[in-house]
Amino acid sequence: MEALMEILENLHPEIDFNTCDTLIDDNLIDSFDIVTIISEINEEYDVVIPAEEIVPENFNSAKALYALIQKLEDE
Amino acid sequence: MLFTDYSFIGFLAVVFILYYTLPKKCQWPFLLVASYVFYFIASPSYLIFIAATTVSTYLVSLKLDKLETIQKEWIREHKGQISREEKKEYKAGIKAKKWKWLLVCLFFNLGILAVLKYTNFTIANINGLLQAFHSDRQLSFLNLVLPMGISFYTFQTMGYIIDVYRGTSTAEKNPFKLALFVSFFPQLVQGPISRFNDLAKSLFEVHYFDPKVVSYGLYRILWGYFKKVVVADRILTAVNAIIQNPDTYQGGFVFVGMMFYAFELYADFTGGIDITIGIAQTMGITVTENFRRPYFSKNIKEYWNRWHITMGTWFTDYIFYPISVCKPMLKFSKFSRNTFGEKIGKRVPVYLSSFVVWFTTGIWHGASWNFIVWGLMNFVVIMISEELEPLYRKFHARFDVKGKAWYGVFEIVRTILLMSAIRMFDCYRDVPLTFKMYGNMFTHFDIRALNAEAFLGLGLSGADYLLLFICLLVILSVSILQERRGSVRDMIFASGAAWKYVVFGVLMLIVIVFGAYGIGYDQSQFIYNQF
Repeated sequence: MEALMEILENLHPEIDFNTCDTLIDDNLIDSFDIVTIISEINEEYDVVIPAEEIVPENFNSAKALYALIQKLEDE
Repeated sequence: MLFTDYSFIGFLAVVFILYYTLPKKCQWPFLLVASYVFYFIASPSYLIFIAATTVSTYLVSLKLDKLETIQKEWIREHKGQISREEKKEYKAGIKAKKWKWLLVCLFFNLGILAVLKYTNFTIANINGLLQAFHSDRQLSFLNLVLPMGISFYTFQTMGYIIDVYRGTSTAEKNPFKLALFVSFFPQLVQGPISRFNDLAKSLFEVHYFDPKVVSYGLYRILWGYFKKVVVADRILTAVNAIIQNPDTYQGGFVFVGMMFYAFELYADFTGGIDITIGIAQTMGITVTENFRRPYFSKNIKEYWNRWHITMGTWFTDYIFYPISVCKPMLKFSKFSRNTFGEKIGKRVPVYLSSFVVWFTTGIWHGASWNFIVWGLMNFVVIMISEELEPLYRKFHARFDVKGKAWYGVFEIVRTILLMSAIRMFDCYRDVPLTFKMYGNMFTHFDIRALNAEAFLGLGLSGADYLLLFICLLVILSVSILQERRGSVRDMIFASGAAWKYVVFGVLMLIVIVFGAYGIGYDQSQFIYNQF
């Protein structure tokens, strides 16, 4: 989780990723950010997030995103 | 049969009456019949194409669904008997089979679109190349029909099949229901590009006559006609005069034409979508919104989140993301990080995918270079603004202007000017001419040329200009109200019983009296019908 938080905070230092759960709903991160995050997650966790998993429920919060990474690691 | 034809109004009235008087279980089948009648009237020969898309998509969606079921059953049967690796391997096998079927469907349907829409464009380019190499050989153009709304229904249907492949949508087992989703007549010709999950529920469920819902729909239709026939078709006369006579209308008039076209396109396209959404609403059907007051955007990215929303999200979900996050792209991203460094390297997937998206967006709008250049100009501006982001941050850290009203207005005006300038490629429909007119706008600018006499020479009278000005103020006021306080119809309906009739009556009167129907006006088709 720490590595993920670092990725997110480097991208948007102004957002509090510990509490925010409306990253997509409130347009705080856009499609360019999402692609950058996925690319960095791939580097860090060696996990490929497929396009069909790019839905608001998975990207609205750091917690949801981490849950997705764990799910993909388990598969 | 255009939305603005009297015959369409008659068709609509018949559909509306029958929709609510037929037995409830016949509602959606009746809409399918109505949609095919609508399409048949446009041209009987077009039916084969929409039917081919529907049938092929239906068959492939069933195949995908069957493979998904087989996988689930296999996993259930072998639960506890197989290792994680075996399960993974089996799933990968099924996925590969599904992928093949998806490709078949995409190639077939996008192939129809490509052949019909882009063959002559390809021939023209080959001929241009042959000429450039001094060859006497020229290929003949083919006489191809371009079925009404093919770009829209093909994209909508391909979105559906990709969703079924991904498992985010279930396959529709009833072929006639799928046929209605593909051909639903109000949105057939210019969108929005709906998603099955968004449209299906309200499209197929039973609707009882609800005066409030019907009134809301009628209001929306009337508002759409107001924008189309009072504003867009009126301003079109002046736009045509300017862009069709680039030798006469130069300098300041290039700018005038650019701005007039911006408002014409807005009134035309949003008006058409208002009519579409309104028609669906009168029948209790919810169609996705396609605009969110785009001219209030403060930057180009925001603009594309507010303009033609369903097309933008389609390209993002089905082209941008799959290209950006596919394995080869992630590998390339790693390579570019190692080669060019962290900063540049991590932008590579975003920039490459954006290039593909904007090239495709351009060519989707039309088979000509002006649309491709228009798309790529959007790409260039978005990339430049991305690169300038750190500079903007520094500027805003140094100068506290972000929350100031005047700065907000500046950002809005800047975005409108930028988008309108890019749209000149769409306007003049000729790449070299557009570049020439960009320069001409400044080199031949003469404020004295922008006189009343010259404006009246554009085919509009003083009364027309006054009316257009008032209409634009009305649209602006309504947009501000929507932006700040939500639905204007809610406000009208909440402000006393008489008001809803008064406003409706006045709007109806304006559309009837001031609609551009008379001699000298070119009652045109909707701009987006051509795409």
